[in-house]
Amino acid sequence: MATAHTTVDAAGLSWGPRALIRRLRSGDEVARLITLLFALVVVLLTVLLVDQLWINSAEARHRFGLAFFWTRQWDPVFNQFGALPFIYGTLVTSALGLLIAVPLGLGAAIFLAELAPRRLSDNLTFLIDLLAAVPSVIYGLLGIFILVPLMRTEIQPALKRTLGFTPLFQGPAYGIGLLTAGLVLAVMIVPFIISVSREVLLAVPGEQREAALALGATRWEATWKAVVPYARTGIIGSIFLALARALGETMAVTMVIGNNPRISASLFGPGYSIAAVLANEFSEATGNLYLSALIELGLVLFLLTFVINGLARLLIFLTTSRGSLVHT
Amino acid sequence: MFWRKSVNVLMLSLTGLCALVAVSVLFFILGYLVYHGGKDVNWDFFTKLPKPVGEAGGGMANAIVGSSKLLLLAALFGVPVGLLGGVYLAEFGGRAVPFVVRYTADLLNGVPSIVIGIFAYALVVMPVHHFSTFAGGFALGVMMIPIVLRSTEEFLRAVPPALREGAMALGASKWRTISSVVLPAASRGILTAALLALARVAGETAPLLFTAFGNRFWSPGWGQPIASLPVMIFTYAVGPYEDWHRQAWAAGLVLLGLVLITNIVVRTLLSRGTSPQRP
Repeated sequence: MATAHTTVDAAGLSWGPRALIRRLRSGDEVARLITLLFALVVVLLTVLLVDQLWINSAEARHRFGLAFFWTRQWDPVFNQFGALPFIYGTLVTSALGLLIAVPLGLGAAIFLAELAPRRLSDNLTFLIDLLAAVPSVIYGLLGIFILVPLMRTEIQPALKRTLGFTPLFQGPAYGIGLLTAGLVLAVMIVPFIISVSREVLLAVPGEQREAALALGATRWEATWKAVVPYARTGIIGSIFLALARALGETMAVTMVIGNNPRISASLFGPGYSIAAVLANEFSEATGNLYLSALIELGLVLFLLTFVINGLARLLIFLTTSRGSLVHT
Repeated sequence: MFWRKSVNVLMLSLTGLCALVAVSVLFFILGYLVYHGGKDVNWDFFTKLPKPVGEAGGGMANAIVGSSKLLLLAALFGVPVGLLGGVYLAEFGGRAVPFVVRYTADLLNGVPSIVIGIFAYALVVMPVHHFSTFAGGFALGVMMIPIVLRSTEEFLRAVPPALREGAMALGASKWRTISSVVLPAASRGILTAALLALARVAGETAPLLFTAFGNRFWSPGWGQPIASLPVMIFTYAVGPYEDWHRQAWAAGLVLLGLVLITNIVVRTLLSRGTSPQRP
């Protein structure tokens, strides 16, 4: 041991007070510690975030317990708080958003990755990236003044005429409501699905395509039966990523969903989402229980997006690592 | 065979249509904003305070200054933490700590902005019992950190090892190598990443609603509520007055213009060769 120690010491890397001081004076150790400290700030902030949500929702958690999740009343006057209408609104609008955004996004990603010439693909992707940068409040602005009137006068009456026999498309056409919120969400999450799916599709090895084409497949068959299945995990990852964004999306949804805590089977009916109720009621919440119930809603939203984001990253990670495995 | 060929042509054109629809949304947004907001973006908009309800005219000078102050605070908090944390991840990290940091950074990046708002409210607003510029800046700063951190790490890793080895061979210590060779080489990338992060949080409304709150007048100090462009757009858009709606369109156009121009400039710079040494 002793010999090993002296050799290390000669290299200037040993432990012990004197060596430590020497390394501190050279600056490297100080730099390492300082940058480590800043890196740990990220961890600290995240732990604090969870901690604050947990502590500040204590009152509501103790008062309502698990019943919070299936209680339908939300009545600040009588201190009665249940999360069900908000969870319902959040899930329904996000599902609607995905229903529209997934085929659209996947189609566009296939075009960009497989068909478009490189130059065109890059330029279009640039525009898609810009679309992803548009602030949510701008989508809300267009939603309120352009989409809502259009829904009220054109789209909802048309849906009612054709699909009005199902319970989903009944009731008066307000313009605002779950369907409109779902549509806005779809437009907002499409860019994320496109850019991640395109990356994943581009990472599929060329042999995959060539083998299918060599067997006599058409371009579409090669894409749909050889390339897309290969990239499936990553594409699902991109969908989860988009879902997490849709669940937490606040401003645009708040501006078009109707802000009414009721559960309506009809997609024309007004609803409410977790993020929207936080945006509307948080700053005017009177009373500790009211605030605590709102913070518990925030905790629910955090956990939902946490789980879905985790799944998304795992799936995307799996595809990329598998891709590299095949290559090497 | 005819059937398969038709399916081929049909599906391939459909994918092209999807791409066209997705991209055209951007032009719809821009077109509507210019059409509805263009005529109200004038000198008054940038220099005057909002008028009381019912009076025509007025502007959003306080919101523009407010957004700038909030972004300044956010950058002061978010950039150093993200930058130095990124240096640690790329240059000093072992295995366990960087993994944990990266993981939590990704987690933090995925937290909905409204939840970040609750966090800032609980941490900064609740103890002092009033909304403040600091709280808003803190919330935006927290959102910037993961973006700056991960991109700093990426750009530092992209610096060729030969540069590091060269500096080390000249006898420079590790920190000296990082601070005078590696960081300057990656500086353009890091700067653009920080700008992109700023552009992203500049449009955030949700985390400001109950931290910076809003203000119809000039904010008297950093500890007081302050107006910001996104929150003004929201308030004016859902408000009942025709005049407010016009102002909301104008503010939307200004905000989107700033965000898009920043994005276009930064992304063009980034894509035009990432060779780091060029002055």
